[in-house]
Amino acid sequence: MEVVSYRSVETFVQHIPEVTALGVWIKAIIILAVISAIAGFGTYVERKVLAFMQRRLGPMHVGPYGLLQIIADGIKLFTKEDIVPQNANKFIFMVAPVITAATAFIALAAVPVFPDFTIPEWIPVIGGTFVPSIAADLNIGILFVLGMMAAGLYGPLLAGMAQANKWGLIGAARTAVQFLSYEVVTGLSILAPIMIVGSLSFVDFNAAQAGGIANWLVWKQPVAFVLFLIAGFAETNRTPFDLLEHEAEVVSGYATEYSGMRWGMFFIGEYANMITISVIAAVVFLGGYSADGMGWLWIMLKIAFFFMLMLWVRAAWPHVRPDQLMWLCWKVLMPIAVINVVITGIVMMV
Amino acid sequence: MGLEQFKNRNVGQQEYVMLDLEHTPQSPMGKFKQVVKRTFKPELFVGLGVTMREMINALFRGQMHTIKYPFEKLPISPRYRAIHEMLRLLESGHYRCIGCGLCEKICISNCITMDTRYDENQRKEVSEYTINFGRCIFCGYCAEVCPELAIVHGQRYETASEQRASFSLFEDMLTPIDKLNLQQEYDGFGAVTPNADENIKKTPLAY
Repeated sequence: MEVVSYRSVETFVQHIPEVTALGVWIKAIIILAVISAIAGFGTYVERKVLAFMQRRLGPMHVGPYGLLQIIADGIKLFTKEDIVPQNANKFIFMVAPVITAATAFIALAAVPVFPDFTIPEWIPVIGGTFVPSIAADLNIGILFVLGMMAAGLYGPLLAGMAQANKWGLIGAARTAVQFLSYEVVTGLSILAPIMIVGSLSFVDFNAAQAGGIANWLVWKQPVAFVLFLIAGFAETNRTPFDLLEHEAEVVSGYATEYSGMRWGMFFIGEYANMITISVIAAVVFLGGYSADGMGWLWIMLKIAFFFMLMLWVRAAWPHVRPDQLMWLCWKVLMPIAVINVVITGIVMMV
Repeated sequence: MGLEQFKNRNVGQQEYVMLDLEHTPQSPMGKFKQVVKRTFKPELFVGLGVTMREMINALFRGQMHTIKYPFEKLPISPRYRAIHEMLRLLESGHYRCIGCGLCEKICISNCITMDTRYDENQRKEVSEYTINFGRCIFCGYCAEVCPELAIVHGQRYETASEQRASFSLFEDMLTPIDKLNLQQEYDGFGAVTPNADENIKKTPLAY
């Protein structure tokens, strides 16, 4: 994987932050550690927010305001028996959750997650290393992230098909139908911003929207923004489109037979995907981050807003039927996305 | 006096609203119009607004529904027949029971047993008083028949026990002398709940 410099050409000339392999390693470890922790914390936030919106208290008893609930859940997940059903395809059954978690984190490799910094000189061994904001600033960043998230569909698909359970099988079928269909909408909706910016790199997107709220791409591409959000909810298996594991219909869908940490890996993967989608939406449509001053705070707030939106929607909206989901994708969103791309192209030519 | 005031059922605080439900469109054009209308109606955002409003109500206006049960308890109706209590006279602190034996007599499950004797002032005193809560059916007759409002039903509604027979002694049921100021009178049979007026509802029938 080629690692190119993270800054655009103009700033690159001014001062040269050399991205070393060590820096990328440190960044990868930071992403893994912090996003796993945030994913765990996300479950707590989700339970709390959902509870407040239903005028409940949520977890309260483990630690102050239930803050240690994450640790209790973690202990439970790690110590629970790892059951593999008798008739399951054992290898695929055991490998499937790893696919979900791994693809979610691999996708995060090409996403700018935290601001860049240089480790102080006084720290031994790693002192003076420049840690970039993106682990791997690929020139096809967006394509890579979307591709990795698309590859993540193998997790639920294989899990559902390998577990010898009818609910799992239905969940797997829904995975194939939903993820494959909404890949189309995600790709087509983000195509119009890509045409405007003329690059697939997140850094170029960030640079193209520099200089205030008026330059945000959401004003130029509101339709693409809405389409991307809707498709993002479907891609991350969030509530209006949580058909894969909707417990009222298919017990737990693809995760029916899973227990312990294998189930936990599905969970972490889902939350990492939520963060990825939030980051993409924030960088591509809402101006991303700026290197100076409080830029890091703004990008955090934007990401937190999208994360909160997912919880908020889960509290407010009912979920759709599979046929409504397909109707929405192929008869509504896909045509609108295509029309949006065509109109964007015509406007750019004229 | 006419019957008008008794026939007026619009007395509660409930506001019933007739829903304006449209018919399902039959023609393709009608269906298309419905889709467009539903697409551009802000109904989804109304839903988001409702949940956010509830969250603000719960967090900042003290409208949280949850009671942390074993630590907090909701008040129960004054008519509820819970575990019995023996009340004291507020002035002297002496127990109210005069040893008349009516509760023992009326108890239909024979769970009350009492024994009395004359004390040095030739006044009747309760020498022994037990209620077997394994037999008690909480009918409330004892509290109703008591002429002195001595035996009443209290607020303790957790009646689960580890044994079939569970005897409660007179001293256990008696209000502790140091908590005499906290002693509550029992409104008892026929009492209305404190929020009875709010619970009156307009009957949703067309008269």
